[in-house]
Amino acid sequence: MSRIAEKFEELRRRGEGALIAFITAGDPAPEITPSIVQVLAKHADVVELGLPFSDPIADGPTIQEATDRALRAGTDTDTVLEIVKEIREGSDVPLVILTYFNPVLQFGIREFLSRLAHMGGDGIIVPDLPIDESGEFRKIAREVGIDTIQLVAPTTPPSRVKTICERSSGFVYVVSLLGVTGPRERLSELVRPTIKKVKRLSKIPIAVGFGISKPEHVRAVLDAGADGAIVGSAFVKLIKENLSDVGKMLEELETFSADLKRATKKLAKFK
Amino acid sequence: MSALEELERYYLKIKKSKRFQRELQALLREYGGRPTPLYHAKRLSELIGSKLYLKREDLLFGGAHKLNNTLGQALLAKYMGKKRIVAETGAGQHGVATATAAAMLGLECDIYMGVTDMERQKLNVFRMRLLGARVIPVKSGSRTLKDAINEALRDWTTNVETTHYLLGSVVGPHPYPMIVRDFQRVIGRETKKQILKHEGRLPDAIVACVGGGSNAIGIFYDFLDDPVQLFGIEAGGEGLETNMHAAPLCAGSEGVLHGSRSYVMQDRFGQILQTHSIAAGLDYPGVGPEHAFLKLRGRVKYDYVTDGEALEAFRIVSKTEGIIPALESAHAIAYLRKRASKFRGKLVVVNLSGRGDKDVELVAKTLGGSKD
Repeated sequence: MSRIAEKFEELRRRGEGALIAFITAGDPAPEITPSIVQVLAKHADVVELGLPFSDPIADGPTIQEATDRALRAGTDTDTVLEIVKEIREGSDVPLVILTYFNPVLQFGIREFLSRLAHMGGDGIIVPDLPIDESGEFRKIAREVGIDTIQLVAPTTPPSRVKTICERSSGFVYVVSLLGVTGPRERLSELVRPTIKKVKRLSKIPIAVGFGISKPEHVRAVLDAGADGAIVGSAFVKLIKENLSDVGKMLEELETFSADLKRATKKLAKFK
Repeated sequence: MSALEELERYYLKIKKSKRFQRELQALLREYGGRPTPLYHAKRLSELIGSKLYLKREDLLFGGAHKLNNTLGQALLAKYMGKKRIVAETGAGQHGVATATAAAMLGLECDIYMGVTDMERQKLNVFRMRLLGARVIPVKSGSRTLKDAINEALRDWTTNVETTHYLLGSVVGPHPYPMIVRDFQRVIGRETKKQILKHEGRLPDAIVACVGGGSNAIGIFYDFLDDPVQLFGIEAGGEGLETNMHAAPLCAGSEGVLHGSRSYVMQDRFGQILQTHSIAAGLDYPGVGPEHAFLKLRGRVKYDYVTDGEALEAFRIVSKTEGIIPALESAHAIAYLRKRASKFRGKLVVVNLSGRGDKDVELVAKTLGGSKD
């Protein structure tokens, strides 16, 4: 069983949902990322690291800016793999890479996935690689022991949801809304019916992301039947607001992740 | 993904609809002014030493070939029941052509444009606004065409139920390269008929500029199976050795950008590079996947000219023919001069894809005080 699957299983036994925290690797600088992950992992159950790409079409302004900061700080694919290695040396937290297809293609699919596995990474998400084009990619990932987490959108028809769920490993990433990443005041109306649809068709855990930025959002998606909630832009915003004071940045990230984690406990469905 | 599948399904159906095709043909003819002339440029021919015809897409309504595609897609959007169009624009030509089609068909229209391009093409920004479109400045990334595409894609993802994304070139995810090519094919279809009428034979060569590649594929497509040499000319900017260019087929490598696999300009980690061309419409780090295929098959020869060579051609065409060409199209003419020996004595067609009014201010600034 993969580190991700084990984590979801452990949480299920405890009656908790998963808190999955996303940040962009190398933002604001590669040497700070391991410390950020260290504080996040005190509360988050899984950590997603964005491998920055110059043209992040699935991301809103918050993560676009983080991508720019990371690239300007000299973050490249080698750097991100080193970051994974450093984190793994001090922590067992499941680590997922989120990136776009071109950086992986240029590094070499096999080369990248096997180095990622070797450094201690557990999963990968590539939003611009559609399921029909990902056969070879998934085959290699399976061989080297990396989970491939696929995305489902509110507009995905049920027959396709089924295929995507069957071809995902680790968990299925449910996009909560029509649009790009970024904090929102309220949850999309589409989120509950989408969770229901995917939950019915998936044999593995499902986690909801895009626009999830408050403890009450986390609670709501878990109550609606999701196994995990993914929070990204809200963390990235805290990084941006504290660029001049890393100590304060880490403190705020820790407090916020603790608040979010609290919302995943004592779920009604387990009572 | 499901939006792309819906678009493909609908398009393949509508393509066979007689009613749709009749309506589109009528719009192209009565609103757009097709067929555009194939003009024998005698003085330019003499200067270059070949028999040169210009396919006058600059005379299509709006001043560029772009309207072929925007009329087609806007009509498609209307048939699909969409109320709103979003589009990206680089030079502003596609934005203007989109705003034009949207106004005429009564669709709401938002155009994404990089702030760098808005500065370079102020007149087109004003035209789009006059035509009732909203021009949304894009401040992310390199602030040019590629970033405008990113933003338009993000908008489409958000508003997919009401909105059609009217992509302007043969790039992006399938089915766009196919749809845009089909709507631009009219250029080559007409050219073939016209050259046979004028000359009684096919041309020896056809030359077109390539940014995303829509005017080029449009004129090439109906000649792919004929014994005609095809040349696609990319923007060499300040020269390939300077990295200040937009020539992915000549100097890029295989990669994935905006949902298609083709040649792109990128670093060794796959980060997309900034491009440069004096012609905003060619300033894009990728190129249509069908051009990549035609390059690999060896069917089309892809080459480049520099900013300087294009500028010189811009002046020469203006002076010898009284036609001010778009800087984009000037690249194709410049190639005839650059490789004159290749074309000597040959029957050549150049796709004059747009007119140069939009570029006059920029050219005046670039050429500075030179008076001749």
